[in-house]
Amino acid sequence: MKQLMKGNEAIAEAAVRGGCRAFFGYPITPQNEIPEYMSFRMSEVGGVFLQAESEIAAINMVYGAAGSGARAMTSSSSPGISLKQEGISYICGADLPCVIVNMVRGGPGLGGILPAQSDYFQAVKGGGHGDYHMLVYGPSTVQEAVNIMYNAFDKADKYRLPVMLLGDGMLGQIMEAVELPEMKDINSFPKKKWATDGSGIGAERRVINSLFIDPDSLEKQNYNLFSKYELLKRDETQYEEYMIEDAEYILVAYGTVARVCRSAVDILRGRGIKAGLFRPITLFPYPTDRLFKIADKEELKFFISVELSMGQMIEDLKLAVNGKKKVNFFGKVGGNVMSPEDIVDNLISKIEEN
Amino acid sequence: MENKVIIAGFGGQGVLSLGQLIAYASIEEQKEVTWLPSYGPEMRGGTSNCSIVISDKIIASPIVDRADCVIVMNRPSLEKFSPKVKDGGILIINSSLIPDSYERSDICVIKIKANDFAEETGSIKNANLVMLGAFVGKSGVFSVETISKVIDEKFSGKPKLIPGIKEAFKIGYEIGQKY
Repeated sequence: MKQLMKGNEAIAEAAVRGGCRAFFGYPITPQNEIPEYMSFRMSEVGGVFLQAESEIAAINMVYGAAGSGARAMTSSSSPGISLKQEGISYICGADLPCVIVNMVRGGPGLGGILPAQSDYFQAVKGGGHGDYHMLVYGPSTVQEAVNIMYNAFDKADKYRLPVMLLGDGMLGQIMEAVELPEMKDINSFPKKKWATDGSGIGAERRVINSLFIDPDSLEKQNYNLFSKYELLKRDETQYEEYMIEDAEYILVAYGTVARVCRSAVDILRGRGIKAGLFRPITLFPYPTDRLFKIADKEELKFFISVELSMGQMIEDLKLAVNGKKKVNFFGKVGGNVMSPEDIVDNLISKIEEN
Repeated sequence: MENKVIIAGFGGQGVLSLGQLIAYASIEEQKEVTWLPSYGPEMRGGTSNCSIVISDKIIASPIVDRADCVIVMNRPSLEKFSPKVKDGGILIINSSLIPDSYERSDICVIKIKANDFAEETGSIKNANLVMLGAFVGKSGVFSVETISKVIDEKFSGKPKLIPGIKEAFKIGYEIGQKY
């Protein structure tokens, strides 16, 4: 049965049903409903909820819990996620699985509390120090966020890396009808033979560590990490296409902005303008190969990257298109969000310019 | 068929909960719906608004720029949101707090003394239900039975309030039907 739920709460419930049994967080708008929800839900399912003394403490609690094999997560918004970067880098360095939600708000600094996509670089390029990536999703509806969150811990465990759900204030605050999946049986999850959980005593020593002082060992660890990213690129890349078959103009957008773009495409098609939408669902791995192919379409005149930033995803889009077609940009910042009509007007002005 | 609604007023006037009732009614009638609140730096006494999209199909943009109906509970909201009513749309004004004359020939303007009617039902807090009644009465988006069921469910913890709430809805509904 479908029920009306706020994005943040639906995401929290999906995490619980996906096996999350440890939540560590620190309050910040616009994601407070996640820790609020977890504060009672975790005790109902026999999990751990802890409001830490800071974001830095929260992410290090995730590090510890993940090391002991728990399905652990944290959530925050932009300034809080910045504080967590050191811990995220350590978690990646130590090959640990966890789930992180960032309900992005405008920045830099404390910025504002309204929706933004200005943490794209931070999310997909690493964020903390060192060579690493996370598996990053940019869901556009509450239902999609639920579906992704439900399987996020499975993905994190499979590849032993953090999965990030990159939303924005709108996704967190919106209420939509959602169909919640069944509770996963936590006893059915594969055993973690690397976890420092007290089992396997007398067998091979288990160590959770991100310090590799010997250069050859550290080099090996870097190659190990990047071999996982190759698997992600091959097996986990996701995207959605809308009306791109005969499109002369393709909007590229992720998250809630992609919904606004979809409405814009409908308006444009109604006016006889052949527009389409390409929506990356995974932001790392980015759907580079598919965009590279789409760029060959003869009828295609240009792309527009539509973002709530000064232009971040456009860099990955340009790398994918590799100069084959022009890539334009339309963005809004500060917490302001474009309407479908704004996108229509922008596209029409770009057609006239070109 | 899409129906886009914006509701705005002071914080504390029940603007967000009015929107939620519309959202719950939409689910009850198996429609798709999005409810998007303004969660900016508002505070009590400040302004508050939400956008609702009701549709038979999957909803793309939850952002409403041109609304089928705008419901305004206070004067600053009238100034800010009345231009967003599209041609042939509906503007519902709480004339208890907005005595100003408002003319636009291309839309239907409903003026309703929501606060005064709400007080007649026992609580000024029912003003948002008067506005909901006017919206449903004019637009016919939901059946009265649906709203009645949603009210029963959502206020099940406060059964004493339900008769006043339903009365407020009915007053608004009957006025809305006349337009």
